[in-house]
Amino acid sequence: MDNKQHCKELLSSISEYIDGSLNEQLCAELESHLNGCDNCRVVVNTLKKTIEIYHDQVSQDTAPQDVKDRLFVKLNLDDYMKK
Amino acid sequence: MTEQEIDSLNLSALKQGNHSELARMVTRYSDSIYRVALGMLNNPSDAEDILQETFIKAIRALPTFEGRSSLSTWLYRIAVNESLMLIRKQKPEVAVSDDEFNDSNDIDSFPSFQIQDWCCLPEKDFMSTETKSILDQSIQKLSANLRSVFILRDIEGLSIQETAEALGITETNVKTRLLRARLKLREELSDYFGEYLNKENQNG
Repeated sequence: MDNKQHCKELLSSISEYIDGSLNEQLCAELESHLNGCDNCRVVVNTLKKTIEIYHDQVSQDTAPQDVKDRLFVKLNLDDYMKK
Repeated sequence: MTEQEIDSLNLSALKQGNHSELARMVTRYSDSIYRVALGMLNNPSDAEDILQETFIKAIRALPTFEGRSSLSTWLYRIAVNESLMLIRKQKPEVAVSDDEFNDSNDIDSFPSFQIQDWCCLPEKDFMSTETKSILDQSIQKLSANLRSVFILRDIEGLSIQETAEALGITETNVKTRLLRARLKLREELSDYFGEYLNKENQNG
């Protein structure tokens, strides 16, 4: 990465930047750096994508039905289980 | 979980041990709790134990639940604590690793940055079964403390504040751990998709 120190500073606030919780001034500084630094732009974009893929793939996982059945039995709530 | 909470559970019925209300609570949160446990332990049978233990403890403790955090955050907290206890029991030697207690925000501690832009890959490649297994493997390479933050914040979608409450750590620590976890996972995925991209290019 060129301008290495600047890149490092950027990376420490990259997470908040992606969450949209970075204050206005830092955000503007960061975006102006991104405009001139291809490498950092790649890091930001692939980081966003990483979070997105995890969210899309993993947050849809559900517990298997037999696991739920055993849970309700264990808790003595099987009479109330909705099939 | 947040959207579902709009149709809120009757807390006083839960505290009184009303079975039908308890069943509603379990139905509502069992997927999330199972997901967290599976992410923490990477083993379906352990995840099932944690799922059961979480609800057994929760139902027992409900009468004393003070509602300082939301019910879901409280359940997550029990599940993560149970998971961490099991991890310590199973692998006492790795439970305390270097970055567990290192919450400094020193970017120098990140050894390398892969600079390959793989965002352009088709969406179907990200949603494949092979990618799913890479995602699961990569998350297991994180220390338990980084893993718990990433799972709650980025997979379960808790806020920074809720994640801090669920883990009993400060919001600053959540942010630091989240940054580390995200960057590490980005490196892992960049290794994988970078290689994938190179292969695609070679095959023309």
